[in-house]
Amino acid sequence: MAYSDKVIDHYSNPRNVGTLDKSKKNVGTGLVGAPECGDVMRLQIEVDEATNTITDAKFKTFGCGSAIASSSLATEWLKGKTVDEALAIDNMEIVEELALPPVKIHCSVLAEDAIKSAINDYRVKNGLPELEIAKSHH
Amino acid sequence: MLKLPIYLDNNATTPLDPRVLEAMLPYFTEHFGNAASRNHPFGWQAEEAVDYAREQIAALINCDPKEIIFTSGATESDNLAIKGVYEMYAQKGNHIITATTEHKAVLDTCKHLEKQGARVTYLPVDAEGLISLAELEAAMTPQTILVAIMYGNNETGTIQPIREIAAIAHKHGALFMTDGTQAVGKIPVDVLADGIDLMAFTGHKFYGPKGIGALYVRRKNPRVKVTAQMDGGGHERGMRSGTLNVPGIVGLGKACELARLEMAADTARLSAMRDRLEKELLTLEESYVNGSVTHRLPHVTNISFKYVEGEGLMMGVKDLAVSSGSACTSASLEPSYVLKALGLSDDLAHSSLRFGLSRFTTDEQIDYAIGHVKEAVTKLREMSPLWEMFKEGIDLNSIEWAEH
Repeated sequence: MAYSDKVIDHYSNPRNVGTLDKSKKNVGTGLVGAPECGDVMRLQIEVDEATNTITDAKFKTFGCGSAIASSSLATEWLKGKTVDEALAIDNMEIVEELALPPVKIHCSVLAEDAIKSAINDYRVKNGLPELEIAKSHH
Repeated sequence: MLKLPIYLDNNATTPLDPRVLEAMLPYFTEHFGNAASRNHPFGWQAEEAVDYAREQIAALINCDPKEIIFTSGATESDNLAIKGVYEMYAQKGNHIITATTEHKAVLDTCKHLEKQGARVTYLPVDAEGLISLAELEAAMTPQTILVAIMYGNNETGTIQPIREIAAIAHKHGALFMTDGTQAVGKIPVDVLADGIDLMAFTGHKFYGPKGIGALYVRRKNPRVKVTAQMDGGGHERGMRSGTLNVPGIVGLGKACELARLEMAADTARLSAMRDRLEKELLTLEESYVNGSVTHRLPHVTNISFKYVEGEGLMMGVKDLAVSSGSACTSASLEPSYVLKALGLSDDLAHSSLRFGLSRFTTDEQIDYAIGHVKEAVTKLREMSPLWEMFKEGIDLNSIEWAEH
């Protein structure tokens, strides 16, 4: 399969690989996918509670080059965004940015799910109601 | 300088040995005759070349030159053997025994015959990829006409107990056919001593040309016959019509001769390189050899690297031409059915790499491959949440994974 240059770049030089302290109240963690499906993404955000802004984002991904690139790109985009702005990230933006082929769209869907799942974890930790995440992608 | 990518996919195909090419060349232009032309020297020359090749082939597998039927390759040979026996021995019975780890050329041929009334038993294999002789014996019936078990597996290199299988087949009055595609030219194969009645093999797996293969068909004790699958001029003792591919046959003959003369030296060198590659890669934690390590072809190793995903791994080892357990049927993301038959989970089957070495593989290439794979696996694991969980002692089965 031919990968786009951007996918290869993120795969070869992934941004923000790592782990945030999930016990901290201002860290939200999303773990999505399943090993037998061949993709597992863990995406974490650290939020400045005063400004509701994401100050740090980290990921680890088990998956193909497109899955790694989607989550790497997501962490880049998340930093500096408010939580509300982060919620608005749509998987199709990732598809366009990385020029993902149709068979790899699910990687971008997973990245969007990971973002929303991390935000929800942060919300629940801080006593906010969990947001309904549309599962229509699946 | 090391040329990249490095070719380590020699179970798929091998490069042509230059000595084979040299032997073939005159038969494209100068000696172009049809081996079936009986009336002039052009035909005689071609026939002489074909006869000589038959002798070279027969010397490698210890048969009579007349027992070689030329085909287009192993797939055709498998088809001819299985369909040909099924039709020829229809009066005796309709039962065929094979194994789940056979090549598609055998499995799909059997599936085709099932639609026409054949009863087929697909024997399972153990974790090493070996069939159980007791299960084979138990599956034999008076209607069993053919036992078809491959010599060495293409994905793992596992070698089946051929002589014991042949003995069981014969004890119950069935013929024994083996797909020798990966074994012939690589390890000593002696159809007489092994008790093989029919054997498929092909030139391009051992430095011969593509598009030429053969089916060994035993002529005595017992005299085996197969029904032709193509109608035509009645070439190859009526079993396979079609003008003989003389240059290809000359190449196959030469490849057999080289294999016979150089096998011992090649095996010693290749198995030493393979063992070194394997030993080094197994220093990576949570890496496992797939298939038997004691009953195995000398040039193959198949290793799974847990907690890395197969496609990501293939992308990481871009400097190597290898096969993965998920790429063998490259259009689909289905994990290898051979590895699954060994009991591997989908994720382990997906994260496997198959290395196939050749006569032309060098120590320098193996050194590079070791470093390259280690680097890719280590990097991907550093990126893998599953690896982190494993390192923290979390049981991945205890996690409720989101539906996806």
